[in-house]
Amino acid sequence: MALLEVNGLRIHFHTRNGVVKAVDDVSFSVDCGQTLAIVGESGSGKSVICYSLLDLLPKPPAVIEGGSALFDNEDLLTCSADRMRQFRGNHIAMIFQDPMTSLNPFLSIGEQLIEPLIYHPHKSLRLGRNDARAEAIDLLREVGIVNPESRFNSYPHEFSGGMRQRAMIAMALISKPRLLICDEPTTALDVTIQAQILRLIKNLQKTRDVAVIFISHDLGVVAGIADHVLVMCDGKVQEQNNTDAIFYQSQSDYTKQLLSAIPQGAKTTANRSQPGAPLVEVSNLKTHFRDLSIAANKSSSQEHMIKAVDDVSLSIQKGEILGLVGESGSGKSTLGRSILQLVPPIAGNISFEGAELTALSSNQLTPYRRKLQMIFQDPYASLNPRMTVYETLAEPLLYHGLANRKTVSQQVQLLMDDVGLARSSMRKYPHEFSGGQRQRIAIGRAIATEPEFIIADEPVSALDVTIQAQILALIVDLVERHNLTMLFISHDLSVVRYICDRVVVMQHGKLVEQGNTEQLWAEPQQEYTRQLLAAIPAADPVQERQRWGRH
Amino acid sequence: MIRFAINRLLQAIPVLLVVISMTFLLVHSAPGGPFSADKAVPPEVARALEAQYQLDQPLWQQYISYLGDVITGDFGPSFKYPGRTVNELIAAGFPVTAELALYAMLVALVIGIGAGVVAAMRPNTMQDYIPMSAAMLGICMPSFLLGPILVLIFGIHLEWLPISGWGDIPGDKILPAITLGTGYAAYIARLSRGGMLEVLSQDYIRTARAKGLSESLIITKHALRGGLIPVVAFLGPAFAGLLGGSFVVETIFQIPGLGRFYVASAFNRDYTMILGMTIFFATLIILFNLLSDLLALQLNPKLRQQARGDH
Amino acid sequence: MKASSQSTEQHSSLWLDAWLKLRKNRLALFGFAVLIILCVVSLLTPWIAPYGYEQQDLMLGATPPSLEHWLGTDIFGRDMLTRIMYGGRVSLMVGFIATAVALVIGILWGAIAGFVGGRVDALMMRIVDILYALPFMIFIVLLMVVFGRNILLLFVAIGAVEWLTMARIVRGQVMALRKQEFIEAAYSMGLSQWAIIRRHIIPNTLGPVIVYTTLTIPSVMLLEAFLSFLGLGIQPPQSSWGLLINYGVETMEEYPWLLIFPGVTLSLTLFALNFLGDGLRDALDPRAAKD
Repeated sequence: MALLEVNGLRIHFHTRNGVVKAVDDVSFSVDCGQTLAIVGESGSGKSVICYSLLDLLPKPPAVIEGGSALFDNEDLLTCSADRMRQFRGNHIAMIFQDPMTSLNPFLSIGEQLIEPLIYHPHKSLRLGRNDARAEAIDLLREVGIVNPESRFNSYPHEFSGGMRQRAMIAMALISKPRLLICDEPTTALDVTIQAQILRLIKNLQKTRDVAVIFISHDLGVVAGIADHVLVMCDGKVQEQNNTDAIFYQSQSDYTKQLLSAIPQGAKTTANRSQPGAPLVEVSNLKTHFRDLSIAANKSSSQEHMIKAVDDVSLSIQKGEILGLVGESGSGKSTLGRSILQLVPPIAGNISFEGAELTALSSNQLTPYRRKLQMIFQDPYASLNPRMTVYETLAEPLLYHGLANRKTVSQQVQLLMDDVGLARSSMRKYPHEFSGGQRQRIAIGRAIATEPEFIIADEPVSALDVTIQAQILALIVDLVERHNLTMLFISHDLSVVRYICDRVVVMQHGKLVEQGNTEQLWAEPQQEYTRQLLAAIPAADPVQERQRWGRH
Repeated sequence: MIRFAINRLLQAIPVLLVVISMTFLLVHSAPGGPFSADKAVPPEVARALEAQYQLDQPLWQQYISYLGDVITGDFGPSFKYPGRTVNELIAAGFPVTAELALYAMLVALVIGIGAGVVAAMRPNTMQDYIPMSAAMLGICMPSFLLGPILVLIFGIHLEWLPISGWGDIPGDKILPAITLGTGYAAYIARLSRGGMLEVLSQDYIRTARAKGLSESLIITKHALRGGLIPVVAFLGPAFAGLLGGSFVVETIFQIPGLGRFYVASAFNRDYTMILGMTIFFATLIILFNLLSDLLALQLNPKLRQQARGDH
Repeated sequence: MKASSQSTEQHSSLWLDAWLKLRKNRLALFGFAVLIILCVVSLLTPWIAPYGYEQQDLMLGATPPSLEHWLGTDIFGRDMLTRIMYGGRVSLMVGFIATAVALVIGILWGAIAGFVGGRVDALMMRIVDILYALPFMIFIVLLMVVFGRNILLLFVAIGAVEWLTMARIVRGQVMALRKQEFIEAAYSMGLSQWAIIRRHIIPNTLGPVIVYTTLTIPSVMLLEAFLSFLGLGIQPPQSSWGLLINYGVETMEEYPWLLIFPGVTLSLTLFALNFLGDGLRDALDPRAAKD
């Protein structure tokens, strides 16, 4: 018996640039106790569908043009505001992507948790504060928060990311809803935490007999938990079927494209690292930051230092692609920035082609800057919004004397060809490009000075999966054509395995393990590495189910 | 929190010292002394007066002895009102000014926050445009314009409200409080609208809605706390402004408060009076700022954990 | 949310976007028009004023608005329209010059604090915080009384109060920019500090600076009017709107138009400038341009 039945849903957004068909004739159904995954890239409309179920869409731009959403035979789209209030939280609950911003920073976790109970729309069902508190504490324990009695009074910023998401889940389930909608709940979490949260949701679903709609852009994540999958693109349904059919017998081209874009398996291109003296050598590097989150009450004489990079040594051979993996707070980004002297290390040595970088003044460093470049993660923030593509690409060429006023235009155009940008868009500004295109501009800027060594700091993490594949292909191609050496920093282990020759694993500022990629995958030596590898979701339902069954 | 308060109080001491010194220098470098304006005083008497008030001593000596007096809380005698000390005059005038400032602040907060929150609930509709245009009007009509106009309308033509005095006739506190408070009400309305709009677009408001909470609960329990932060931050400068604005309002409505005294003393070169009142005001403002910062800390649990870093 | 029209090749810089947005805001356009009219009238006043500034007609005395005197006359028989026009010149001049003073000090202070950061920034901003909370009204009153009513001093004194907000805005913007990755990219490219400031920081700071400059002018004009009202600002024979309002208050029962016309003019101008500033702030908001 279908709990939720959506038919012919059409939602349009009226923006300054015209009408956008965010959701175009979508139909699906969810049965009690089942999990439906809605998968798509950004702009596919997956979130819009679910927001409309709870009337959370901003009503000027968004207009529901047609369709119905029957929950227990009542149409959610046309019911009154009061009735909707009764649905929200009690029958249908929702958890969101970023638990830090989705929880009120000014109220304690406990207070937010008991709200659905003490403000229940049906006055007769309202609980008193003490009873509500008891229930909340039980639920906190159930979702895996230790010491729930004392944690009840904590504030969101005092929790870690994973704990916050657990608290959000508790908050959603406290009124015992029949349907739980999860909007990319693990996207903002580290891979090991993601695995835990996925397992938690799956278990809770069984014990509480809740239907789940799980929205994600990551097919790998849903392979293990979904019964049915709905694939969307540009507001239209591309394919929907049970999980096995989607993964093993996909019908639509888009689904196949999505599946093929996921990096799978080992690196296929050749290892081009050259033996001999390493190009870059890092010895006993230490980079510390002052901890700015000290309580105003504590004494100011003790300054806590965050050891972002704690005595790390590694070397990079010319021509190789070295992967640097770690979760948030591991220090991988800081290490990259320290090597480039963007963040001054407090101890240790960095040598490039034999020259000691830490001993150079900023003037002496300038000629080396040509040879060491960086590609950043955020394709919007890494480009000056007030400079055109032309200006952004010309700047390094002119500054380092690689072109003069007459030749620079020609060279910029060649660069644009190199990274796959249309020459005609030379005079456009960053905000007129898509995320993938902006990243191409950033890559173009990095290779403009004909560097020898590039640090890529999570260059594809902010991109959709299909675009990610394109940009990765571009990077691999450029490395080969321009004879580059690369340090590839990422938290995404599948990507790293796909393009890196060797891998270094970091945790809490320390280097945990390093070695040849395939060897590391096959026989990880350290426990942390094992945990990391075990947490990677595979886009293979059978494999995932086995893994779930094992634990 | 206590450590924070003590820290700030300690920081206030050098500030006060600077204030005292600057005022002292300014006052004494003005041409003419307190007694030169009185043509009725013959030169020998003037000299005798100066000797009596120690004005014939070298400047740095006057400074040291003044500092000494201040530390013991003695602001000295008034030059213009012989027989009365500055402390007495301040004690007489301050309660009046304080009451005026308090009422004005109440007017400002109640009307301002009310209008701002109402406007933020339905942005870009009439519910938003009307209060905000009124607020803009309030900002653009200075107190020395608004006051006389109110007096003209309500005092003289309609004769509903009294137009001078303080505490003599019932209702004579209404017009001055409104005159002083309106400009601030307008600014606070804009601040609270801005703050509320910012908060209402946050993810956690969406979560609250998804939990099925009523709109009024969302506004009062979830949104107000964050939305009013800019208003709390403004309280300190608002208080400083109210004290300054009291000059004009007390002049217009003939109110025997400190504001009127201050301008008069400045014109009369009444050194001790000027110094005393300046120090008094500065101390008050510093204290009030500390209070509003403590309030901000109390409201924002995250701030309680952040020490240095950006403001 | 992907809009369907990304294929046009015309470039739209953020400035162009801002201008288009501003054009749709009627109140802001009204403010802009008022500003232009005001500036033009003030510049041309000596030629277009109906009567001489000093021209008195004691026989006439104070008269309400009439055909010869559109806004009436004051107790000395001087034409109010003329007085208001000349007063506007002074008020606007004070507005622009004092704002310029505040601008220069504020931008330098804020930019240095924001860019250097660390202890220097902490110290500089602590000073701003303390000054922000001090009774500036009090100091200005003192200054004006002590040093006489010098118009130059007036500019400096007012400017010295208003720079604080500008410093805070600039510092905030510079700090936010510093953390942006394109600044890091510029560093990694080897650009010198000065080149980074010139090419990357300043163009991105212009937006808020323009907005707050537009909002500072009315604030300054208000302050000047306040001081003139107390008798501490502009001195006769010069007049400003504040001074005119002062005279108007004295005789408001018998000759209300002497108060109302200068009052309305001042309020209208402040109104217009504030709307222009608000409109600029909305138009230049980079967040809206991101999508």
